[in-house]
Amino acid sequence: MASNLKSPLGQVRYLGSARDGTHHWWLQRLTAVALIPLVVWFVISVIAMVGADYLAFQAWVASPLTATLLILLVVATFYHASLGVQVVIEDYVHHGAAKFALLLLLKGLCFLLGLLGVVSVLLIAV
Amino acid sequence: MTAGNRPLSPHLQVYKPQITSALSIFHRITGVALAVGTILLVWWLAAAAAGPDSYAGIQGFIGSWIGLILLFGWTAALFYHLCNGIRHLFWDAGRGFELPDVYRSGYAVLIATGVLTLLCWIIGLIAW
Repeated sequence: MASNLKSPLGQVRYLGSARDGTHHWWLQRLTAVALIPLVVWFVISVIAMVGADYLAFQAWVASPLTATLLILLVVATFYHASLGVQVVIEDYVHHGAAKFALLLLLKGLCFLLGLLGVVSVLLIAV
Repeated sequence: MTAGNRPLSPHLQVYKPQITSALSIFHRITGVALAVGTILLVWWLAAAAAGPDSYAGIQGFIGSWIGLILLFGWTAALFYHLCNGIRHLFWDAGRGFELPDVYRSGYAVLIATGVLTLLCWIIGLIAW
């Protein structure tokens, strides 16, 4: 007989210090896995672009596949970075107000820079 | 829970560094460094979006000594975080927890970081 009538999912939901269960952990891994091929592609592309002039760079970004992968790279990078640095702040900053302010600053900066990156890619591409 | 005789967190002043703990904190340090480095990535994209003149400006900065040193550090941190991140994903899958495996994968990460970083820069500098 099961002593606990809750499903395995129900048992872990809303656990953890942030009451969000495995959501943070899972998205950290999801973005990590996405970033493996994206980063390898980006590094190879940048090396292939060494010495290229502005027009060649613009033409590279303007290809639909490149623009899509660049936007994915920017979004996954800033999502992953915001989750990772969040944990670092939560671990090392113990003053409540300072922690809250830093977390707000981090999330705001990641959102701002991520959006700037996406808008820039679109502006170069069109 | 009583403090009793249970093990406490490492006291850094009397803690003998091991490759396991060193690589662990290095994952965090490179992660934070890469997060700061994303400013350069976005700056590069935004400069290119603003036009050829500002793009030439950032290309000039990247090509300077400070730019190249930053970029080299960024490359090394990126490959370390990438390789050690893959090591973490294997742990997440429940694999590689035996101590000899942890040491082996740790050294593999260090060697792979060095090889990939040097390979990138040798190819990049030849193409430059």
